[in-house]
Amino acid sequence: MLSRRIIPCLDVRDGKVVKGVRFRDHVVMGEIVDLAWRYRDEGADELVFYDITASPEGRSVDRSWVERVARVIDIPFCVAGGIRSVTDARAVLHAGADKISINSPALERPGLIDELAAAFGVQCVVVGIDSMRDADGEWRVRQYTGDPSKTRSLQRRTLDWLTEAQRRGAGEIVLNCMDTDGVRQGYDLVQLTAARALCKVPLVASGGAGTTAHFRDAFTQARVDGALAASVFHSGAIAIPDLKHDLQREGIVIRL
Amino acid sequence: MSVVLVDAGGTNIGSVRYALQRLGVEAPLTADAQCIRDADKVILPGVGAAGPGMARLHELELVDVIRSLTQPVLGVCLGMQLLCEHSEEGDTTCLGVIPASVRKFEESTERCVPHMGWNRLSPTVKHPLLKDLEEGDWAYFVHSYAVPVGDYTLVGSDYGGAFSAVIASGNFHGMQFHPERSASVGAKLLKNFLEL
Repeated sequence: MLSRRIIPCLDVRDGKVVKGVRFRDHVVMGEIVDLAWRYRDEGADELVFYDITASPEGRSVDRSWVERVARVIDIPFCVAGGIRSVTDARAVLHAGADKISINSPALERPGLIDELAAAFGVQCVVVGIDSMRDADGEWRVRQYTGDPSKTRSLQRRTLDWLTEAQRRGAGEIVLNCMDTDGVRQGYDLVQLTAARALCKVPLVASGGAGTTAHFRDAFTQARVDGALAASVFHSGAIAIPDLKHDLQREGIVIRL
Repeated sequence: MSVVLVDAGGTNIGSVRYALQRLGVEAPLTADAQCIRDADKVILPGVGAAGPGMARLHELELVDVIRSLTQPVLGVCLGMQLLCEHSEEGDTTCLGVIPASVRKFEESTERCVPHMGWNRLSPTVKHPLLKDLEEGDWAYFVHSYAVPVGDYTLVGSDYGGAFSAVIASGNFHGMQFHPERSASVGAKLLKNFLEL
C-alpha cells in the first residue's frame, strides 16, 4: 500500500530558510541543510523548497544550495520558484532535485508543462495552483502570489486549469487553497474533494493545516496523496513523529 | 573497489552519486566502454523514458558492452527497466539481460499513475542483496511502468496489485524504487550491492 505523504515546505531566500508574516518581514530560521536534515530525521516523506525571491527578481533558482541539499538528504525533494524553461529545470534537476514545481510561469505559458514533461518525464513535473473562491462562488486561479503587490486574479477556473495541467503532462498537482492558507483552521476539504474527483495524478493539499485532525481529514475525506504544511512544523506546533503516529492510529497508511 | 555510473543521460545521476559518497564510495560517471568493463561494480541509473534511454545506449555503443558484463550490475528505476527484454513504453526493445517485460500501470479510481511515494517492500527470497531488509520496509517509488512478478522477482510490492520492486538474473540486478531517496532502507540496499 502506498503511504500518504507528509511534506514540510521551506521558504528559501538568499540561501537561508526564512519565515514570513503575510509575505513580509522575513525572519531567518536557519541554514537550509540543517533544517532539511532535521525534517528528514523526524520522518518527513518529502521536502519542498520554495525560492521565494527567484521569481520576483526574474532569475532562476540558485542551484548551489540545491546541490548542497542533494548531497546530504536521502529523501525526495522538490524545488519551486523561478523555473521558466527547460534549461532552468535541467539545472535544478541535475543539481540533484527530484522534482521541479512550476506555478506562475505555467500560467504565463501553459506549453511549458508539455515541454518539461517531454524533456524529463511527467514524474518530475509538479504544477502548483494557487486558488481562491470568488464572490460568485467559483474557484479561480491566482498568479504571482509570492508578492502581494503583484498578485493577479485570473478568469481561469481552478478546476479547468487542473484538468488542463494534467493533460499537458503534470505528474503531480499541489493545490494551495488561499482562503484557508495561514489560518490554521483546516485544509479546504470542499475544494480538495472537487479537485480529487478530476485529478488522476497525485494530489497534494496545501494551506490551512493547524492540527493533526486537519491532516487526517485531508487524507480520509478529500483522499489527497500528500499534505503540505509550513508554519505548524516550523513553529513546533506539530511534531512530525507525533503526527505520523496519530495518523497511523487513525488507520491511515503512513511510513514510520 | 571501483564503481562506475553509466552516463545514460538520466537526471538522477547526481543523487545516486551522492548516495554512494555517503557510503564512502566515489563513483565516476562514464560512457567509456573500457572504464565500464574494468569496474568492479556497474550502476545504470536513469529517470526518463525507455525509448530515449535505449537510443542513448545505442548511440554510445554501450548496448553490447552492458550485455557482456560479468561483474555485479545494478539498474535503478528506468535503469532497471532497461535491463529487461522489452518495455511497453514506446514499444522498446531493451537490453534483455533479465527475462522480464515492462508493462504500463493501468489507471483506476483507486490508483493514480504515476505511482509516486513510499511503498512497502516484501522480500520473497533470500539473496545477499537483501541482507537485513525486513518485510514492510519502506522505499520511495516514482514510475508509470512496472515489471510484473516472476521468477526473477526478489522483492515484491503492491499498488492495486503485485509488481516487482527488486529483480535479478545472474549478475544483473534492478531496483524499481530509488534507493538514493529511500532514507536508511535505501542506503542499506546500496551498501549490500557494493558488498556483492
